[in-house]
Amino acid sequence: MSKHNLIEIKNLHASVEDIEILKGINLEVGVGEVHAIMGPNGSGKSTLANVIAGRPGYSVTEGEIIYEGDNILAKEPEIRARAGIFLAFQYPVELPGVRTWQFLKAAVDAIRKENGDEEMGVRDFDKLLEEKRQLVEMDPDLVKRSVNEGFSGGEKKRNEILQLALLDPKLALLDETDSGLDIDALRIVSEGVNNFKGPQKSVLLVTHYQRILDYISPDYVHVLVDGKIVKSGGAELALELEQKGYEWIRESTGTEVQT
Amino acid sequence: MVTNASEVDHYASDFKQLQALNDNNWVSPIRSHAMETFAGIGLPTTRKGNEKWKYTNVAPIARIPFALSSSSNTSIDVIKSVAPWSDSWTNVVFVNGFYRKDLSDQSDEFELTNLAELIEERIPVENLGSLTDISDDGFAALNTSFLQDGIVLKVGKGKTVEFPINVVFFSDGSPSTVAHPRIFVKAGRGSSVSVIENYVGGGGDYSLTNSVSEILVEEDAVVNHYRFLSESEHTYDVGYGRVKLSDNSVFNSRSFFKGANIGRYDLNVLIDGEYASCDLQGLYFTSGDQHMDNFINIDHAKPYGTSNLFYKGILDGKSRAVFGGTVLVRKPAQKTDSVQSDKNLILSADAEVDSKPALFIYADDVKCAHGATAGNVDADTLFYMRSRGIDLETASRLLIYGFAGEVIDKVEIPELRDFLEEAFLTSLPSYKFEF
Repeated sequence: MSKHNLIEIKNLHASVEDIEILKGINLEVGVGEVHAIMGPNGSGKSTLANVIAGRPGYSVTEGEIIYEGDNILAKEPEIRARAGIFLAFQYPVELPGVRTWQFLKAAVDAIRKENGDEEMGVRDFDKLLEEKRQLVEMDPDLVKRSVNEGFSGGEKKRNEILQLALLDPKLALLDETDSGLDIDALRIVSEGVNNFKGPQKSVLLVTHYQRILDYISPDYVHVLVDGKIVKSGGAELALELEQKGYEWIRESTGTEVQT
Repeated sequence: MVTNASEVDHYASDFKQLQALNDNNWVSPIRSHAMETFAGIGLPTTRKGNEKWKYTNVAPIARIPFALSSSSNTSIDVIKSVAPWSDSWTNVVFVNGFYRKDLSDQSDEFELTNLAELIEERIPVENLGSLTDISDDGFAALNTSFLQDGIVLKVGKGKTVEFPINVVFFSDGSPSTVAHPRIFVKAGRGSSVSVIENYVGGGGDYSLTNSVSEILVEEDAVVNHYRFLSESEHTYDVGYGRVKLSDNSVFNSRSFFKGANIGRYDLNVLIDGEYASCDLQGLYFTSGDQHMDNFINIDHAKPYGTSNLFYKGILDGKSRAVFGGTVLVRKPAQKTDSVQSDKNLILSADAEVDSKPALFIYADDVKCAHGATAGNVDADTLFYMRSRGIDLETASRLLIYGFAGEVIDKVEIPELRDFLEEAFLTSLPSYKFEF
C-alpha cells in the first residue's frame, strides 16, 4: 500500500523582507506520522512551521504546500486552521480582556461551523473543556482569566496543548513547544501530544533540542540548516545529533553551520 | 484674565432671580461670591498656556445663552430605560437638576437630603465647597453661583452601607437649558459606601449639565464611586469632582463615558492622609463627532499612599478623546506607589486621541510608572486568533469587547456590571481589524 501523505512540501522558498529564509524545502508527512525538524538557531525551522500555518509577513517565492491534495498557499490562516492545521506557538500571544473560555469556545465553534455543525451548547462545551483541562493539568482559574495574560511560560505552553486537545486537528505543528519548560511541564506537554497522536493524526515538531524526543518519539528526524533539509533519518538521528552536535552535520554534509 | 462679557451676561438675570428666591439665606453669599469670581474668569479657553483645557474647546458652550432648566414630569419608566436601576438600591432621581421626591427612595441608614430642602430649611451644609477651587475653574464657579439642588449624603462613623446609592441626573434635553447639580458626600470614619452618579438623557437640542461633586473620605473609610455618562449627541456635560482622602482611607472610582457632544470629567483626588489609596479607572467610547476629555489628577501629599490610574478608550467616527492624567508626588509623600496608564483603541482613521499622562515627583523614595498607548491591534494578535479558525470579524469583536471588558469586569455591583455590559457591548461598532 502506498503511503498516504497529509502534507507535501515541494521546493518551498520563503523570505521575510527580501531575506530568503527557506531555500527549497522538500518534505512529506504521511497520515499518522511524527516528524521532528531539528536545527540550529536561525536555520529556518520556525519559519517553516509558521509558513505552513499561514502567518502573514512571509512571502513564498517558489514552491508549494499541498495539504490533503490542495495547494494551501493562497488560503487565509483561519481557513487552514478549519481544515485541520494547528500551530502551537513558540510565543503564545496574550489577549487582554478576552477570556480564555470565550476564546476557546469561539475557536471550537468556528471549526464546528466549517463541518456543518451547530455551535456547541454551553454545558457540553464546559464538559469538554473540563476534560481536556484535566488532561494538561491546567489550573481551573486560568480558564476564567484573559488568554495567556499573566500566565507563566509553562502555563502558556499548556494552554497551547489544551487548544490542541480541544480543536483536535489533523496536523499539529509544534513550534519549539519545549523551549523554556521545566521537566514537569515538559512531561505534561509531551503527554498532551502523545494523547493527540494516532493513526489519523500527524505531527511536525520543531525543536532545537533532543530532550523532548525522549518523550515523543519521532518516526522521522530531519536536520534543517540554512533553509534546507540537509539530512533525514529515523529517531536515531536525533540521538546522534545530540551526541555529536550540529558541528558534526557540517562536517558530514559539507554545510556551514552557525551555532 | 480675558473675560467675554456676553458670557457673563447670559447668566445675570437668571442669577438675580435665583438669589431673590433665597434672600438672606446661608447660600446667598456663597452664590454671590461665586458669581463675582465667574465674572472675573469666565469659561475656560484653549488659549496658549492653559494646559487644563488645551485640547477641549468650550467655545460652543460659551456661545449659547443657556437658561436655567426647570423640572418636568418625566416618568420613572423613562428613567429606568436609560439609567442603571435595581429595586434593592437606594435610588435618587433628579430631573433637569431638580430632585424628584416621588421617584426617589428614602433611607434611615444614613443621612441623605436634597440640597434644595436644606436651603429651604435654612440648614447650612458644613464643608460644602471646601474642596472646590472656584477661582481656578469657570464651570465650578458657575455651578456654585447657581447652587440650588443636588444631594448631601453623610454616612455615619463605622457604618457599612450594604446597597449602592444610585443618583440619577436625568436631563430631558429642553433646548438651551442648563442644570448645575451639586453632590456632597462625607463618609465618616470607618464607614463604607458605594455611590453611583449617572448623567443620562438628553434630547435633540443643545443643553448643558454642569455638575460639581465633593467627596470627603475620613480615616479608615471606603468609598466606591461610579460615574456613568450617557447623554444625547447634542448634550454638553461638564463634571468636576474633588475627593479628599484621610489616613488609611480608600477611594475607588469607575467612570464610564458613552455619549455627549462635549464631555469633560475633571477628577482630582487629594491623598491627604497616610496609607490612603485610590484606584481610578475609566472607559470611554466616543463615536460620531463626540469629544470626551478626561482630566484625572492624583495629588499625593502624604506618605505611604498608593494610586492606580487606568483608563481605556475606544474611538470611532470622527470623534476625539483627550486624556490628561497627572500624578503629583509631593515632597512629604515618601514611599508612594503609583501606576498610571491610558490605552486607546482607534477604530477609525478620522478619530484622534490626545493622551498626555504626566508624572511630577518631588519625593525621592517612590515607585511610579506611567504610560499611554494608542493604536490598533497588532498582526501577531490577529494571527494567533485566526490560527485557531476564528475569522477576522469574530476576532475583532472579541478583542474590542475584551478591551472594554477589562474595565467593566471590575465593577463589583452585579446589576451595574450587567447594565454596563449591555450598554457598551450593544453599542460598540462591528469592525474588522486589518493589518
